[in-house]
Amino acid sequence: MTLATFPASEPKPSWTRYFSFNTDAKVIGIQYIVLAFFFFLIGGLLAMIIRGELITPEADLVDRTVYNGIYTMHGTIMLFLFIFPVLNGLNNLLIPTMIGAPDMAFPRLNAVAFWLVPIFGTLLIASFFVPGGPAYSGWWSYPPVSVQNPLGHLVNGQGMWLTAVALSGVSSIMGAVNFVTTIIRMRAPGMTWFRMPVFCWTALAAQSLQLIGLPALTGGAIMLLFDLVAGTTFYDPSGGGDPVLYQHFFWFYSHPAVYVIILPVFGIFSELFPVYARKPLFGYVYVSLASFIIVGLGLIVWVHHFFTSGVPQWMRNLFMVNTMLISVPTGVKVFAWLGTLWRGKIRLTTPMLFCLGGLFNFVFAGITGVMLATVPVDIHVSNTYFVVGHFHYVIYGAAVMGIFAAIYHWFPKFIGRMPYEGLGKLHFLLTFIGANLNFLPMHPLGLMGMPRRVSSYDPEFAFWNVLASLGAFLLGVSIIPFLLNMISSWIRGPKSTHNPWNAIGLEWLLPSPPAEDNFGEHVPVVISKPYGYGLGKPLVEHQAEIEQALTAAELQESSR
Amino acid sequence: MTTAYPTPTEPKEHTAEHEKHNLTGFIIFLCSESVIFLAFFSGYALLKTSALDWLPAGVDGLEWQMPLINSVVLVSSSGTIYLAERAKARGSIWGFRGFWLLTMALGSYFLYGQAVEWSGLEFGFTSGTFGGTFYLLTGFHGLHVATGVGLMTLMLIKSFIPGNYDGGEQGVEATSLFWHFVDVIWIILFLLIYVWQRS
Ligand code: HEM
Ligand SMILES: [Cu+2]
Repeated sequence: MTLATFPASEPKPSWTRYFSFNTDAKVIGIQYIVLAFFFFLIGGLLAMIIRGELITPEADLVDRTVYNGIYTMHGTIMLFLFIFPVLNGLNNLLIPTMIGAPDMAFPRLNAVAFWLVPIFGTLLIASFFVPGGPAYSGWWSYPPVSVQNPLGHLVNGQGMWLTAVALSGVSSIMGAVNFVTTIIRMRAPGMTWFRMPVFCWTALAAQSLQLIGLPALTGGAIMLLFDLVAGTTFYDPSGGGDPVLYQHFFWFYSHPAVYVIILPVFGIFSELFPVYARKPLFGYVYVSLASFIIVGLGLIVWVHHFFTSGVPQWMRNLFMVNTMLISVPTGVKVFAWLGTLWRGKIRLTTPMLFCLGGLFNFVFAGITGVMLATVPVDIHVSNTYFVVGHFHYVIYGAAVMGIFAAIYHWFPKFIGRMPYEGLGKLHFLLTFIGANLNFLPMHPLGLMGMPRRVSSYDPEFAFWNVLASLGAFLLGVSIIPFLLNMISSWIRGPKSTHNPWNAIGLEWLLPSPPAEDNFGEHVPVVISKPYGYGLGKPLVEHQAEIEQALTAAELQESSR
Repeated sequence: MTTAYPTPTEPKEHTAEHEKHNLTGFIIFLCSESVIFLAFFSGYALLKTSALDWLPAGVDGLEWQMPLINSVVLVSSSGTIYLAERAKARGSIWGFRGFWLLTMALGSYFLYGQAVEWSGLEFGFTSGTFGGTFYLLTGFHGLHVATGVGLMTLMLIKSFIPGNYDGGEQGVEATSLFWHFVDVIWIILFLLIYVWQRS
């Protein structure tokens, strides 16, 4: 066997690279995640204002039109500036290292896609300061509200909103082309499709959805922009247009978009449960394929978001059935995770706690989702707090918690230091209680008939609203231990070994943090399926030697 | 300080494979781009079939002879770009440049014809959904034609850099693929807008 040599400690790269046009996917990944959490704080502040307003029945904290702007910007920031960027950050960190690629297929395109985010983020935030304030037509920006420009200024909140969302689309498409090409073409030797980690499967599925869905929204948004600035009537019935057409365009993308969010989180669950239950992923092949069944079905359910917008009855029936079918592949995954946990040696680490909590919330949200898909139920609760409760359970309860799990799990790999367990568990506890306290009361509120997007309400709704607001403030507090943990462990946390969780996967055969080009020339040859916990089979050729070399380097490092 | 690291058996074709990334990425992008047209086409069909008065007052349909000539020009340019690629594959760089230039000329003629048609129309962008969709679809497609001509210009210039076009060249392949794409979109657009006039 030939032995190549590599320098174990390269000169420590400067922190300034995080503020430069760097093309290393690992730097870009961290840039994405840190920037996303900056916007998470802004979006969270807006959420605090919303819940502060709703803690009393009267509209007494902010002006009603200001309130409209606040919830619009809350939704827009959380989706386009937090969730999508943070997931793209994880994609950047994990896809190349998991498949053994030195970088993404198009490193410069990757950097451009990232740098668009601060640009359109600034644009969106700047819209708070233009005359007339930010967009106020909700994150879905339905006409006719979204084509009003009462002040007649060329630079107005709605126009800036549309430009920002368009730029976000450009960035997402660049990212998606890059991720898909990388996964298709740059896998390590021996890594066949069915030896690929589930996170990569779900990323491939999610990014395919971006590629198919996003252009439809772009098309619809271009037409909206013309209605707003050029006087066309695509969505204006007085000129022969149809406002429901916009809803079709919007949801043709935005329903798949919810799967763009949740699929990678399914991937995270599938990666982490085996590690912390010490068992192979149950039904690996079915879990992988289920992602693509979800892609197919996810593209033909969009009308369930506007059953009440005057769509014909046959369409309602068709889309109700399609929507319910999605619970089948989703259920397959849930059972696979339960099967993985069953009789496993469960280790309740911080990442595992976040996964378990996220799975619990996801199951709850799936049940309310199927309720909403049922047309007669939906007609009652559409546009009420029931819907708000449903999607916050998925997006906060499942997706954001899954993202936290991923951050705690892979932090040692990419930062090279261990996060603190105590602070992590405190963070978990506050998040789990806060999320349930915040979002559970929204369901009874919706069933009682409280509409969404209002700043004042009937006093009979007060009890549940107070609970929800308390939950929201708890969620606000929960960010403190998280930030403390991240900052302090980044600066002086205990050094991590190459594989602190005893996990199986190519990324754990790299030093922590990995060298700039990951494996460089020495990409290991994959010889078995992922998640071989307890099977005693090596994942790659020469696995023992690789691990010995890594451990030896670590020992030398620590003895210095 | 260095550490020993075992070298795995390195498969040879792995590096050669990496060179095809650009084309893969471009094909993925084109698939995605086609969905915007799909969205516009379905929006057009929906607005047209549900309209009470599709044509604005004083307009009784679109004149189709000139657009038909334009279509023939664009479709034949797909043939000339193919001939250009063939010439390049044979190693005849001047044959490539000739056919490439011819394709660019046909594309430019198409744009010219489109401009002439637009300037002679008695309805505008804001004449109801008929006018709106007409200019949106033809304009958005025209933008792609212009992009295609731009890409071809770039490739033509690059062909004069010595040693550039000795082997297969991905930029040329991608541009030609883009051009065929623009062509197919036009055929659908022509059928939808000019042939399907009665609603
Ligand atoms: C079994 C799975 C699911 C089903 C059956 C389902 C069903 C539904 C239905 C029918 C609605 C429309 C309610 C209405 O507006 O009247 C809805 C809304 C929503 N769902 Fe789900 N859903 C599921 C999973 C998810 C997931 C995984 C996510 C996100 C990660 C998600 C995010 C949303 C969002 C954001 C909305 C509301 C959007 C808005 O009106 O502003 N859902 N869901
Ligand atoms: Cu949906």
